[in-house]
Amino acid sequence: MGIEKSVSELHELLAHKDMSSTELTKAYIERIQAVDPKLKAYLTVLEDQALAQAAEVDRRIAQGEVLGALEGIPMALKDNLCTEGVRTSCASKMLENFIPPYNATVTDRLRTAGTILLGKVNMDEFAMGSSTENSYFAKTRNPWDLECVPGGSSGGAAVAVAADEAAFALGSDTGGSIRQPAAFCGVVGMKPTYGAVSRYGLIAFASSLDQIGPLTKTVRDNALVMNAIAGYDRLDSTSVPFEKPDYTEFLVNNIRGLKIGIPKEYYGEGIDPDVAKGIQAGIQTLINLGAEVAECSLPHTEYAIPAYYLIATAEASSNLARYDGVRYGYRAEAEDVLGMFKKTRSEGFGQEVKRRIMLGTYALSSGYYDAYYLKAQKVRTLIKQDFDKAFERFDVLLSPTAPTAAFKFGEKSANPLAMYLSDITTVPINLAGIPAISIPAGFVNGLPIGMQFMGKALDEGTLYRAAYTFEQNTYYHTLKPQLSGEVLTCGSR
Amino acid sequence: MAVADKYEMVCGLEVHVELQTKTKIFCGCTTEFGGEQNTHVCPVCLGMPGALPVLNREVVNYAIKAGLALESEIAQFSKFDRKNYFYPDLSKNYQTSQFDLPICIKGGLEIEAEGEKKWIGITRAHMEEDAGKLVHSGETISTSNESSVDYNRAGVPLLEIVSEPDMRTIPEVLAYLEKLVQILEYTEVSDCRLEQGSVRFDVNVSLRPIGATSLGTRTETKNLNSFSSVRRCMEYEIARQARVLDAGENVVQETRTWDEGQGITLTLRSKEEAHDYRYFPEPDLAPLIIDREWVEKIRKTLPELPAARRTRLQALGLSAYDATVITQAKAMADFFDEALASYGDAKTLANWIMGDVTRLLNTNQCRVADSPISAKQLAELLALIDKGTLSGKIAKSVLEEMYSTGKDPSIIVKEKGLAQISDEGALLGIIDSVIAANPQSVEDYRAGKDRAIGFLVGQIMKATKGQANPGLVNQLLKEKLS
Amino acid sequence: MTISREDVEYVAALARLELTEQETQEYTEQLNSILGYAAMLERLDTDGVVPTAHAVPLHNVLREDQVSPSIPQEKALQNAPDADEGFFRVPKISLT
Ligand SMILES: [Mg+2]
Ligand SMILES: [Zn+2]
Repeated sequence: MGIEKSVSELHELLAHKDMSSTELTKAYIERIQAVDPKLKAYLTVLEDQALAQAAEVDRRIAQGEVLGALEGIPMALKDNLCTEGVRTSCASKMLENFIPPYNATVTDRLRTAGTILLGKVNMDEFAMGSSTENSYFAKTRNPWDLECVPGGSSGGAAVAVAADEAAFALGSDTGGSIRQPAAFCGVVGMKPTYGAVSRYGLIAFASSLDQIGPLTKTVRDNALVMNAIAGYDRLDSTSVPFEKPDYTEFLVNNIRGLKIGIPKEYYGEGIDPDVAKGIQAGIQTLINLGAEVAECSLPHTEYAIPAYYLIATAEASSNLARYDGVRYGYRAEAEDVLGMFKKTRSEGFGQEVKRRIMLGTYALSSGYYDAYYLKAQKVRTLIKQDFDKAFERFDVLLSPTAPTAAFKFGEKSANPLAMYLSDITTVPINLAGIPAISIPAGFVNGLPIGMQFMGKALDEGTLYRAAYTFEQNTYYHTLKPQLSGEVLTCGSR
Repeated sequence: MAVADKYEMVCGLEVHVELQTKTKIFCGCTTEFGGEQNTHVCPVCLGMPGALPVLNREVVNYAIKAGLALESEIAQFSKFDRKNYFYPDLSKNYQTSQFDLPICIKGGLEIEAEGEKKWIGITRAHMEEDAGKLVHSGETISTSNESSVDYNRAGVPLLEIVSEPDMRTIPEVLAYLEKLVQILEYTEVSDCRLEQGSVRFDVNVSLRPIGATSLGTRTETKNLNSFSSVRRCMEYEIARQARVLDAGENVVQETRTWDEGQGITLTLRSKEEAHDYRYFPEPDLAPLIIDREWVEKIRKTLPELPAARRTRLQALGLSAYDATVITQAKAMADFFDEALASYGDAKTLANWIMGDVTRLLNTNQCRVADSPISAKQLAELLALIDKGTLSGKIAKSVLEEMYSTGKDPSIIVKEKGLAQISDEGALLGIIDSVIAANPQSVEDYRAGKDRAIGFLVGQIMKATKGQANPGLVNQLLKEKLS
Repeated sequence: MTISREDVEYVAALARLELTEQETQEYTEQLNSILGYAAMLERLDTDGVVPTAHAVPLHNVLREDQVSPSIPQEKALQNAPDADEGFFRVPKISLT
């Protein structure tokens, strides 16, 4: 069938004409039809469009054209990445019928690379959440345990990859939204350096923190996707002009002499002891492979959560002001404009989104700006400086991706603050703008856990080297969730 | 007692000027005026989800240029901020503007009002985007049941110029506005077409008892678009505030709107309802670092400003009045300078431009910039007079012909055979026959009646249809008769 | 409680949200708990610390003043909840 294979393996199959892109695309669509009614990773499936794109690639193969690394590979996009002519809902009632008139830069780049767009995947509404429970449309289930959340906000992307519903997917990460669901679902997730991947066409949550990145089955696949999507874009003023390397050149099975720092603050009281144990074992593996590991300190870590939530919600309150029922999206009818604005926004946004708009509006409002928003920006400087200092001594830093494995539905949704606190291992990275990757690092009670490498700005290469070496010397990434017969209405394995 | 004897008026102005770029401030849509509704729009200026702004370099160049012309400091570090408020003409429900670090600070300009010179301080000037246009179904916004929005204007670049509260009389305010618009026009950062709304004024007015040092409570009247509305609005607002104060009441600090039809100001929103704009740094745009090299490069593009130009023209021999009239509008002054480059007599040139040329343009409602007579052609015409090819009188009719045909004066002269007869041989024959035909006048002249020669000259001019060179005729005639 | 019901109502008005009685109460409690937690920032001395607005420092990101094509009117309006004769339509505009 092929769908369980990695992108690089699928490329070989296509290049050697052992399989056509059309066959592969059909196999994925069948898989989606089989498992997605239970998993609910997809919000939109583009069967006809995908098959047409695949046929086009097959024509090129037939003509003997040299196949690009991603050509003919079926994939999925988080539903906050704009796709011209294809609904982009942000999993919100507000954008339930929104058809973008343009493509995000990443959409264009993946199209140019010859990938097949299978569909748009579920997320927390406007990317606000850590469990994908905040989607207006559906609850996406964790394929390792259907009673558990897949993580969030890129939950649909992580599940699509973990359950072989796509060869890879793109997500977005504002405070851990790629890495945490990747960890919860046992896949590889990269949050690139801020500015390494264009945000043009990514529906904004928090502009100074948002970043698009790949979720893949293997580290190699991740590097291949980054090759296609990273790089300067003149449409995004925060895009960094840098010479994009070939990320696959960093995929060497060797970390001898690599200096790895273990920030002690990331192993605080919230960490599940079993997760800590799993990461400890991972560290031992790295030591055995020749890495030089030592403890370090990022002293302002505890301040990251409040600083993050103040900055992220403040920016969100402004970014989400445009949803007013005038130009696009949901509109509630009312006597006058003010009433229309209020009703539209109250009915169109879900609880978590409204809560964050309220918090962010408050943090920016007259009299509170200095105490909250400005203070948070200053704390952000201190957190950045913590990392700068640590990277004087270390090549990469290492921590658990999340303090726990996937939790049960409803377990944390009643207490927003508790949910926010579980982001402690991921949000400092977004505040500092540095890259971080989560890779499978073991299991706790049958659920995957993730290990996170953090790197210097634009040094994704070293993260790939560390992650690749770990992956090549462990088996976690080879394990697949066993979807029961109940889920599979027409078995494919 | 008159208001002015009792109260002193204090006024400061905010002026929004549309910058003369080809494209909008954050996207490549055209700024062209008058396209069909919602056709000069794109995902960026429509505030579509996911779209991002990129700053137009020319907007910064123009802002620096205006800042230099207004004697401002150009900030070395400047940034954009979001001003958050909801309004249907604002596609993102925030305006990308500048808050605490504007590009221009601490400038000013000198005005002359009622014979007195005065310096008016400019606090700051900052870059921002314009909003879209609302069209109301009814007569006014308050009587309309629905409105329509056109975002063609959304994202058009503006420079907002904020003055100090330095003005004390309406003539001072009008002098400031005229001077400001003149400088902006001169620097070509804006076409300053008031009738198209490319300059708008917000007027802050307060009164205080004569001799008081603290400021009274002010009102701000927004969005005036002509000098006459500013004047009328201020007259109304001063009288209104004086009545309130006379009655022992307090002026309410509020934003007001000018009703042109009724000639009154009305409450738009009171201070309590004033917006809490929640400014914060625009995360989608990088800040600006403006090094001195950049500023100097722009400084080199600055034209000679009106004051300097006036001084130069006076040095060329023009009266203060003539120099002021010529330099009032840049297009006129440029026309003058271009003609001056090939015709050296500044005074004669000024007389022609202020006289016949202006009259022709006015009659035809034509702007100097669109004049069918080029400065070079005018210079050529004046040179033909000096050379004796044309008389002043015939030159005037040639000028009219030049206006309607756009032809060079030399060509018109040739085609119509208008050149003066300066050929002695040709003239002598005519002179002889006129002398022969008018013995009485010849006798009178010889008897000492000098005036008789005038009649003879007239006869010669008539015989040549006015084309004889009068100086030469006079000279030859005298020689013949002596 | 540092944030009152009135604060929540004021903020909701600023954000153009119409809250139910229950939401007002819930948000008052939750904002208090979150901002109570955020109060830990006060402990941190940030005098002289330069605020960070952008994670990666860039400056002077500029575009040339060249016209690029706009989108056709029907595409601009295709998502509009109410459009008429090329305009976006909105109900009566109240001045406050
Ligand atoms: Mg303004
Ligand atoms: Zn545009």
